Amino acid sequence: MQRVDNLDDDRGIHTTPAVIEPGHDFGTVTDKISSIVLRKRTPLGWFVGFLISFMLTGMMMGTILYLVMTGIGIWGNNQPVGWAFDIINFVWWIGIGHAGTLISAILLLLRQEWRTSINRFAEAMTLFAVASAGLFPLLHTGRPWLAYWLFPYPNTMGMWPQFRSPLMWDVFAVSTYATVSALFWYTGLIPDLATLRDRARSKFGRVVYGMMALGWRGSARHWHRYEITYLLLAGISTPLVLSVHTIVSFDFAVGIIPGWHATIFPPYFVAGAIYAGFAMVLTLVIPLRKFYGLEDFITERHLRNAAKVMLATGLIVAYGYMMETFTAWYSANTYEEFMIRNRFFGPYAFYYWSLLVCNVVVPQLLWIRFVRHSTVALFVIAMFVNVGMWLERFVIIPISLHRDFLPSSWGMYSPTIFDFTMFFGTIGFFFFLMFLFLRFLPVISIFEMRTMVPEAQLPEEKLP
Amino acid sequence: MPQIFHHSTNTLAKLSIFGGLFVLAAAIWALAEVNRSSYNTGQFIERQQPVQFSHKHHVGDDGIDCRYCHTSVEVSNSAGLPPTRTCMNCHSQIWSESPYLEIVRASYKENKPIEWTRVHDLPDYVYFNHSIHVAKGVGCSSCHGRVDQMPAVYQAASLQMEWCLACHREPERFLRPKDKVFDMAYNGDNALAENTTDEQRRVGREMKEKYRVRSTAVLTSCSTCHR
Repeated sequence: MQRVDNLDDDRGIHTTPAVIEPGHDFGTVTDKISSIVLRKRTPLGWFVGFLISFMLTGMMMGTILYLVMTGIGIWGNNQPVGWAFDIINFVWWIGIGHAGTLISAILLLLRQEWRTSINRFAEAMTLFAVASAGLFPLLHTGRPWLAYWLFPYPNTMGMWPQFRSPLMWDVFAVSTYATVSALFWYTGLIPDLATLRDRARSKFGRVVYGMMALGWRGSARHWHRYEITYLLLAGISTPLVLSVHTIVSFDFAVGIIPGWHATIFPPYFVAGAIYAGFAMVLTLVIPLRKFYGLEDFITERHLRNAAKVMLATGLIVAYGYMMETFTAWYSANTYEEFMIRNRFFGPYAFYYWSLLVCNVVVPQLLWIRFVRHSTVALFVIAMFVNVGMWLERFVIIPISLHRDFLPSSWGMYSPTIFDFTMFFGTIGFFFFLMFLFLRFLPVISIFEMRTMVPEAQLPEEKLP
Repeated sequence: MPQIFHHSTNTLAKLSIFGGLFVLAAAIWALAEVNRSSYNTGQFIERQQPVQFSHKHHVGDDGIDCRYCHTSVEVSNSAGLPPTRTCMNCHSQIWSESPYLEIVRASYKENKPIEWTRVHDLPDYVYFNHSIHVAKGVGCSSCHGRVDQMPAVYQAASLQMEWCLACHREPERFLRPKDKVFDMAYNGDNALAENTTDEQRRVGREMKEKYRVRSTAVLTSCSTCHR
């Protein structure tokens, strides 16, 4: 078959699995995916997961309430470490989102058809990650009800925001990212929402899905417009994959703190974001395909490709770490040198070495075919990367801040209980949205999957 | 299968897109208007005082200088409110039996200040000093309007930050020679000098030079007013 490429199989022993397992036709694809949403009984496991994530969301809400009533003094960050968990978590979440955009936009433009099975899911992941990320800078401002001051609008203060500040660029980058991701995701959903509308058994379901489907009838004209819109949105999303995390990296690189002020930051951050994102895709998709029996659609092939992307971006990130150390030595700058020495042997050295283990050492196992082919191993490595990418931001942010130029203004940082309730709260919030998505929307793009079955291929394409 | 939605839904859907846009734009416009309105700023609203004191009469008709009552305006943050004794300088002699001044006499006898109603109230996060403005040639009427024509004083300017900045960005539009600072009629009826003339700009630049007014960068620095 056309879709089974043997390129990565040099010895001819293994066969690369297909994007969709054999034996599916239009009907079975539609049935299988839409039944996850339209089934009468919600599986017990869903309720358990939903309840846990709902409780964590409640914890987050409680923390936010206390924070808004009290002030951000409830968090551990204070001079000299003014940025800590809030900014770490912001960057961590934003990074995770990047895989979704990469999969949905760049891989679409590159005609990587294997993306079809996971793009819907990855885009949802992006949206929910951006939602979680956005909470942190919003609350970090201390007065979230005045957050609209960040936008340039004609106001009675007679002032614009500070356009020279990367924090301002961040507002634009993240809000654009959230808007475009939401539009892209929703546009892709429209034909599937129409499928759900037509298949829903209850009147209520038909009306709700019908409204969301925006009158989609599947006419040739609809499809024509849909294709153009989708391609345009993919084009708009593509630069965002690079720009958003570049701008996030400017938050640091524009500052003069040793450990922040480095030109390598933009590419290093973007690679890190994609790295983290694919790790999160694997973390979520491996249990998902198992639980919902979607192994036919999200095949070994997807997992292996994701593993390869992780390996590649992981190496770029490792190069970033190497260059940070090299630059510190090569610059012959006392403060830069001290920053690296402080990372290696300072009070937070444990976290630096853990970061290297999680992000550099463990992922090297992905070179081994056997590891790439083991679902369990992939899941474990992805977890390592999730932790490692969080540690990376910990190393960059508080460790750089706690000892900068003047020893008289050195200090130590430790998080409070509310730093943790906020962080784990957003993880709960993320899963809370994820569980709702799994229950009410098709987790895989039905109509795009239909194009992947053998029936959909034109005769000449079927030729060997 | 019957249609879920009536045919008219198509029109409704299209309308709702336009409607949504207009409603959003209108809401933003309305908010901006309310924000600048007297309802929010208190501008132009006459404040009633415990005593029927008329600035129009005392300043406009009698020609009493601002500093006769607001004694600390040249040396302090606050222009200062006169003690009852200042009133009694004259009113122990004239209108000494007037029922309108009963409260003033009572205050004087009991040695208890009159509780005047504040008209101009800047937020606490703004650092404001009257003396520096007077010393650099900012006239009273530039901010307070024609007080000599106000029977009951009202806030002539919005006191919003954009209003402060209008002068801090271009002081030459408003500065005048120091001996004209207390001249209520300096700009005629256009006391706040919203449309400043070329002549004013010329004089203003001269005064800016003469009184060594700091650069716009300093005047518009955050910590100049938010300390």
